[in-house]
Amino acid sequence: MSAELDLAGRVVDLVRRLAGSAAEAEALVDHTALALTRFANSGIHQNVADATTAIRLRIHLDGRTVGGSTTVVDEAGLTALVERTIAAVALTPVDPAWPGLAPAAPLVTDGAWDEATAQASPDERAARVRAFVDAAEGLETAGYCRTVYWSGAFANSAGQSVSGRAAEAAMDGIARVPGADGVARLGSRRLADLDGAVLGGRAALKARAGADPIELPPGRYEVVLEPTAVADLLTNFALYGFNGKLLNERQSFAEIGAPQFDPAVTIVDDVTATAGVGMPFDGEGTPKRPVTFVGQGITLGVAYDRRSAAEAGVASTGHGWPGGSSFGPVPANLRLLPDDAAPTAAVAGPAADGHTAALVSTMERGLLVSDFWYTRVLDPKTLVVTGLTRNGVWLVENGEITRPVRNFRFTQSYPLALGPGAVLGVGGNAITPADSWDMFGFTGPSLRLASWNFTGGASG
Amino acid sequence: MTHFDAAAAAVQAALDAGARYADARVMHRRSESMSARNGEIEDLSQDEDAGVGVRALVGSGWGFYAVPDMSDAAARAAGTRAARIANASASVPGPATGLIPLPAASGSWSSPCEVDPLSVPLSEKADLMVGLTTTMREHGADLAESFYRVWDTAKWFVSSEGHRIDQRIRECGGGISATSIGEGESQRRSYGDQFGTRGWELVTGLDLPGNAARVAVESRELLTAAPCPAGETTLILGSGQMALQIHESVGHAIELDRILGWEAAYAGTSWLDLAQLGSMRYGSPLMNIAIDPTIPGALGSFGFDDEGTPAAARYAVHEGVWVGVLAGRDSASVAGLDYGGSVRSDGWARLPMVRMTNVGLEPGPHTLEEIIAATDDGIFMDTNRSWSIDDRRLNFQFGCEIGWEIKNGKIGRMLRNPTYTGIGPTFWQSMDMLSSEITDWGIPNCGKGQPGQTGHTGHPAAPARFTGVRVGVTG
Repeated sequence: MSAELDLAGRVVDLVRRLAGSAAEAEALVDHTALALTRFANSGIHQNVADATTAIRLRIHLDGRTVGGSTTVVDEAGLTALVERTIAAVALTPVDPAWPGLAPAAPLVTDGAWDEATAQASPDERAARVRAFVDAAEGLETAGYCRTVYWSGAFANSAGQSVSGRAAEAAMDGIARVPGADGVARLGSRRLADLDGAVLGGRAALKARAGADPIELPPGRYEVVLEPTAVADLLTNFALYGFNGKLLNERQSFAEIGAPQFDPAVTIVDDVTATAGVGMPFDGEGTPKRPVTFVGQGITLGVAYDRRSAAEAGVASTGHGWPGGSSFGPVPANLRLLPDDAAPTAAVAGPAADGHTAALVSTMERGLLVSDFWYTRVLDPKTLVVTGLTRNGVWLVENGEITRPVRNFRFTQSYPLALGPGAVLGVGGNAITPADSWDMFGFTGPSLRLASWNFTGGASG
Repeated sequence: MTHFDAAAAAVQAALDAGARYADARVMHRRSESMSARNGEIEDLSQDEDAGVGVRALVGSGWGFYAVPDMSDAAARAAGTRAARIANASASVPGPATGLIPLPAASGSWSSPCEVDPLSVPLSEKADLMVGLTTTMREHGADLAESFYRVWDTAKWFVSSEGHRIDQRIRECGGGISATSIGEGESQRRSYGDQFGTRGWELVTGLDLPGNAARVAVESRELLTAAPCPAGETTLILGSGQMALQIHESVGHAIELDRILGWEAAYAGTSWLDLAQLGSMRYGSPLMNIAIDPTIPGALGSFGFDDEGTPAAARYAVHEGVWVGVLAGRDSASVAGLDYGGSVRSDGWARLPMVRMTNVGLEPGPHTLEEIIAATDDGIFMDTNRSWSIDDRRLNFQFGCEIGWEIKNGKIGRMLRNPTYTGIGPTFWQSMDMLSSEITDWGIPNCGKGQPGQTGHTGHPAAPARFTGVRVGVTG
């Protein structure tokens, strides 16, 4: 038994002792050791680590529900957590929508573990930073290298008792020339997969290819989005589109069974996939299983936690977040499946990889977009998003990258951008770019889309 | 062992391991949040968070380590670990880093609090939250939501230069929102969303019950309101939206770590060039932006920042000219400046970094009524709905919950989905009327840094008028 599972079980037992067997209780224990080495102006300027154990408790008693958490995990801290949660539950209104505890169910996987990543030293992260900086050959660089080790457990009074562990590594950096940045980022379950020299070289190549950009007028352009930009689409779909609570509230675009996407689009949530990182069960103890949200263009489902699932009359898909009932269920491991038969081409310029280069070669006139930035939803129902391009945009003419272009602001409905007939090509190489949040991983290939609505330039 | 003892042990261990400077913060935070939806409590959580974070400087390399354990052994181990991490930093050195001088200080500070928010009975708070949503439902909202949040933070700071400071900061806030769902879109109106370093009196002072029916009615009216027209016009912003405008296009732009490139890969840089500090025109002569963590009750207030620098006010923009930045001791040293005072972290487990304190607009000579009366043709927008700005903090596009046409000095029809876009200095230079009606807005969810941190910032703001603004951008 892991230390975390022992702790979770002790908390549930303590609730039963102090509140009686009528109390329904669940305890989630997360031990997270996060280390992040950050560099800027080509030197390490922030270098941090922490190791934290946090316990989240939820009690349902006499029809009422209260949650609480603590990082104070000695006996006094645990007792205080349980006692104050029991005291609070008596003072709150009844909770008629309580969905009950997750039943006992086995895990599909107990996590993705790499000992070397979990035990990585600051020197190992620094060595990757050194390689990134050196590969940029004198260009100014900035970014981070991160390793995370998570070990967690869940126990409830309905008999569910699961534990798991996972490790994650990520590297994200830019290289800079005056007026242009180039980016390379990658997430993985293994630090060994991250080659600072490869990433630094890619970022520098993109930066140099972005020098002296031209300004193009706003308007609708055909685009090739690189995986770093596609990850932003998936993030917003995860937060707003495939959120079962928002669907219940009629605030999601999703219509189950409707062909809302191009037939080339299949989107799944899968923590068991090779590139995926994350916890093998959700904050309510429901084991995570692969779930298909979009199959060949047809919207098939959304993510549910226990509360939103009960409201919809379906089963939880394992996407509950601890304390996250207000925002609703969010999938953390969305994958837009690549086209395994997609062609590749030689990469001679700033395109991220051969599959991206092949998509570019088929575009008569359009834009190659590396990255999106500061995207915000204007209306959740239509998922109209505004944001900016970042870290490299290029004009493509007759299948060739011809000129770097200044950044644009865009205002675009994401579902419409991937709608029937709108996807002109799907790359064959799905990658997981480093996400700002550890244990999240949004995976996708490059996409060639018929239209993207650029609403203005971003120059000052 | 006191919390000061734990912090001192961590600092000493870092020095013993080779650090030339070290500081440590022990923090203990209790927090409580509640949200209600359509007549029921949706979430109630009471949380406790405690630990020690140690910062060590070896050569020009920083290291930081944090653990949720304040025993002597754990604190010492954390200090040693921080120094070890700092040693690794030295293998990829950046520019030489120092710290501007700071006299050693001992002191205590606590924020004003009339009514301890954690002592208000839960049942009373729950009744308020549920009642608010019931009222909004009765007035037509499809989704009626209410919430409050409370943070009660005690911290103890010790540095190798002799600092020994304890602070207690109590923060709270709350708000309501009503959403009406139409066939093709939804419309949301909110009220409150206000936070400060004050007690429960802040929430009661908002008069949420007195505004619940109004926001519900307005959310329904928005479904059938005319769309915001597209084009260039005179724009009047309410003070709530002005707070966000200040936050995004001034507050982040004047962060010295961004100006120095330390946030380049993630949060971005700044369009500001230090060579122009003191001479560059940021906005119209009406524009006076103060950095002032001493404002009683504002969300960005404190006695000392997380480096031990006493709170002090200074101008960031004076009569339209850029004159100051938000700085820390190390960034100020690199930039050749002589002040810090704006470094904070969101908890014991995170590295302190340059953060907005209270960054606010000083009042102008008019009232909102006078500004509207002086406008022949324009749009009044208020309450932020969406925000996006580029990585240099120049090009922004903001959406507001609601707008109204202004014709011949009077408020006309309601407008839905109002947006406006612009370039920071161009926009601020077009400000030609400013109200005296200042509100100290608080923003509790400012994201920055890696690992990500959530900052609490304050923004005194008043309604203002801008000319020649592009509005009505849609997808």
